[in-house]
Amino acid sequence: MGRKLLLEKAHVEGIRYYDTYRREGGYRSVEKALNTMSPEQVVDEVKKSGLRGRGGAGFPTGMKWSFIAKPEGIPRHLVCNADESEPGTFKDRYLMEFIPHLLIEGLIVSSYALGSASTYIYIRGEYAWVADILEQAIAEAKQNGWLGKNIQGSGFDCEIYVHRGAGAYICGEETALIESLEGKRGNPRIKPPFPAVKGAWDRPTVVNNVESLAAVVPIINMGGEEYVKIGMGKSTGTKLISACGNINKPGVYEIDMTISVEEFIYSDEYCGGIPNGKRLKACIPGGSSVPILPANLLLKTAKGDTRMMNYESLSDGGFATGTMMGSGGFIVLDEDQCVVRHTMTLARFYQHESCGQCSPCREGTGWMHRILRNIETGKGKSSDIDLLWDIQRKIEGNTICPLGDAAAWPVAAAIRHFRDEFQWHVDHPEESQTRNYGLAHYADPLQVPVTA
Amino acid sequence: MSEEKKLIKVTIDNITVEVEPGTSILNAARQIGGDVAPPAMCYYSKLKGSGGKCRTCLVEVAAGSTADPRPMPKLVASCRTNVMDGMVVKNITSEKVIDARKGIVEFLLINHPLDCPICDQAGECKLQDLSYDNGAPGTRYEFPRRTFEKHDLGPYIQLHMTRCIMCFRCVFTADQLTNQRVHGILDRGEHAEIATYISKSLDHDFIGNVIDVCPVGALTDKTFRFKNRVWFLKPVDAHRDCPKCSGKVQLWFRGDEVFRVTARKDQWGEVEDWICNECRFEKKKAADWVIEGPTKVDRHSVISANHYVGMHKPTEIEPEVMGRNPRLLMDIHSVSEVNRPEIDLSRLPGPAHSDNFNGIENK
Amino acid sequence: MIQFSEEKLNKVKEIVARYPEGKQKSALIPVLHIAQDTFGGWLDAPVMDYVAGLLQLEPIEVYEVATFYSMFNLKPVGKFLLEVCQTGPCMLNGSDDIIAYITEKLGIKPGETTPDGLFTLKPTECLGACGYAPMMQLGKTYREHLTREKVDQIIAEAKQQ
Repeated sequence: MGRKLLLEKAHVEGIRYYDTYRREGGYRSVEKALNTMSPEQVVDEVKKSGLRGRGGAGFPTGMKWSFIAKPEGIPRHLVCNADESEPGTFKDRYLMEFIPHLLIEGLIVSSYALGSASTYIYIRGEYAWVADILEQAIAEAKQNGWLGKNIQGSGFDCEIYVHRGAGAYICGEETALIESLEGKRGNPRIKPPFPAVKGAWDRPTVVNNVESLAAVVPIINMGGEEYVKIGMGKSTGTKLISACGNINKPGVYEIDMTISVEEFIYSDEYCGGIPNGKRLKACIPGGSSVPILPANLLLKTAKGDTRMMNYESLSDGGFATGTMMGSGGFIVLDEDQCVVRHTMTLARFYQHESCGQCSPCREGTGWMHRILRNIETGKGKSSDIDLLWDIQRKIEGNTICPLGDAAAWPVAAAIRHFRDEFQWHVDHPEESQTRNYGLAHYADPLQVPVTA
Repeated sequence: MSEEKKLIKVTIDNITVEVEPGTSILNAARQIGGDVAPPAMCYYSKLKGSGGKCRTCLVEVAAGSTADPRPMPKLVASCRTNVMDGMVVKNITSEKVIDARKGIVEFLLINHPLDCPICDQAGECKLQDLSYDNGAPGTRYEFPRRTFEKHDLGPYIQLHMTRCIMCFRCVFTADQLTNQRVHGILDRGEHAEIATYISKSLDHDFIGNVIDVCPVGALTDKTFRFKNRVWFLKPVDAHRDCPKCSGKVQLWFRGDEVFRVTARKDQWGEVEDWICNECRFEKKKAADWVIEGPTKVDRHSVISANHYVGMHKPTEIEPEVMGRNPRLLMDIHSVSEVNRPEIDLSRLPGPAHSDNFNGIENK
Repeated sequence: MIQFSEEKLNKVKEIVARYPEGKQKSALIPVLHIAQDTFGGWLDAPVMDYVAGLLQLEPIEVYEVATFYSMFNLKPVGKFLLEVCQTGPCMLNGSDDIIAYITEKLGIKPGETTPDGLFTLKPTECLGACGYAPMMQLGKTYREHLTREKVDQIIAEAKQQ
């Protein structure tokens, strides 16, 4: 049983409410930070912990914090990114829904570290009831002296506000989120300047994912050095994985990044295997944007090593044979699923969510979706597969924000690993409407090159 | 004398130039000029906040600066990236850039209508220029092109949303030249459009400038609509004493008739001085203006159709093969009555008729 | 007449106070949510003009924002808006079948409203409930692990309200 730092208490009866949360040891990190540490020491502790941003990019949180500009007389802001919208990802919602005070606690400590007196939680608009839960938790925290003026006699003032979005995946991109927080369209900004210098209302701003900020609580409680000991290599601490698709036990799991992908899928502690005795065909392990892998490459790396559930191992082999940890949205496809159809729904998603600001993404995402729809519905041509490849190649890297890459990668990976399934759709337009390509060779053992 | 600003060096396509700190790569490249200057569809030096969106000006940064000579991992928008001392940039010398730009042009064109023959912008359209320079001859897009509901923007400005490339220039223009913006970007993704939401006419005194900043035929002058082709018109610099604006304009003549009035533009096609609606739409008589002289028009443009700068004439191979210039072997007039040199077809009052060639002298 | 109640105006004031002074535009999205809830589940142009007035914005600034975000309805919708997720993970678990079933049961196509004005079917993209698929958003809540029987039940419940 892996160690749990975030969700350990998530199922204690009444943990959603302040009294229980406090009784279970809540808000100790705020006491420790505000009474015994300077803001710089808090930043150092987070740096030492090696915590990597849990929103998808995996950038070290402590480093991000140290970039914040501190011009005299200009307020700084911490903004919590709770705009969880990446298909396959629902971990932040779980955390906020079940143990909201953990996030509030993390936010207070982080606000102290960054000098943010007004901190905002930008939550996706559809999570309306979660916003209510957070507002209630904030009110409780305030009643008990953890927010407001001169918190716990430390001289530190802080307020937390919940800001609901209104349906736009792009607002998970930090500069689009800032624009949206300012009441504008969620068009990502052109960087530089970076938010750490000029963010919300042109003030220095740090935007962090919910899980990253919640992880600050155990880091402060146990110390950065202890936190590093959990996990492997540069994958320190624990990670929330939201598992979905064709598995027996979909849900949110906290893992300590030392388990294998195979164990995660098949053990009863986690996903519990694939329903109805079906076999594994493919998996997108880190949210819809990261490359899809066929079963054989998912469970073992191209070198023949067991693939582990951590940042390094998942990306072993680069995009040619590996994938990414991403946001931890773990999507499993069984042998009866169609990769073409699945890729088409993702392309449709990115078309729907493109902000329309820059040309490659605005025009390219819709184009890819239309071609994929043709192939899926038996109207595709062989040349369409090459065309798709070329379109994704011309979007990737050429857009203002990473949504372009996020739209390109799933298409690229699907063609890279499942090209014969696409070709089968093209060659068998009628048959492909009545049955799926099936497992084919996607789970066959890989030939590992023998090295002397 | 103020202290001399320290200039920094940047090398673009192997040409080194010294510029002031804070200069963008694009503007540094414009100082060099010619092909080294990346094309820009959305950036407009006179509009704050513009640029970065169309991605046609992407360049490769092969070395970030002398202090940190690492290359930048992705192509960058040259209009929104500032130069550093010792930076090495590749524009037309980079295969990656050429390839990416070709892709961008394709993206801009897949939903753009092929209505150049009836588009008033044809001949001075930045997208036409861009496509000729960087585009492919055919299209790979096999789906119906995007259409929009029509919006009326009032008596002066015609909106063709299907032609729009979402450069945002007209929005910045309204924001920065007028105190009340009534049009903007609505909807999102590929459905994003320029509109007023509820039909409103754009009638601020300076709103006509959106026509000049529009790189394509999305916003055109209603008073000039379908009146003429720009390549038939002769642009002339002129001015008048205008209480609202600088009054410095270009008049576009055919014969002695003024067909339209626009602001004057610099070599990058950007407006030099904003002009007011009265100058633009109401003063269509030569007598309203003091004529200064013919305008120099950038000939690297579709406006000079068939006269491209740098166009190579095919080599005559006959002298090479024959060892001498070919001689006229047969005089057509000796065998045909039709092409008699004394009959000047252009002088005939109507279409040519067989009578015209029946040995009757051209009357 | 388009006018918030005293209570809602106070709420607007409280929201505006969350943001730096002079940055009242930041309150736009939260206030549009209130407006949509108050004035019939959609944002008519006069409603948006009212919000623009409240926050001292140009109307176009409000239109730009309202048309960007998918939760704002710019046309009237049924009393119950059935927003069924159709993205990857939900598709793997049969969301296509749920959409087809609702279409058949209510006799409306995606995007349409039943003649009695009760139901609108709107297939949407990922709502962040992938582990509980297939699912739909109904008002402020999510209905998860949908089956045909559950859809029947949801529709029957709604009709009784």
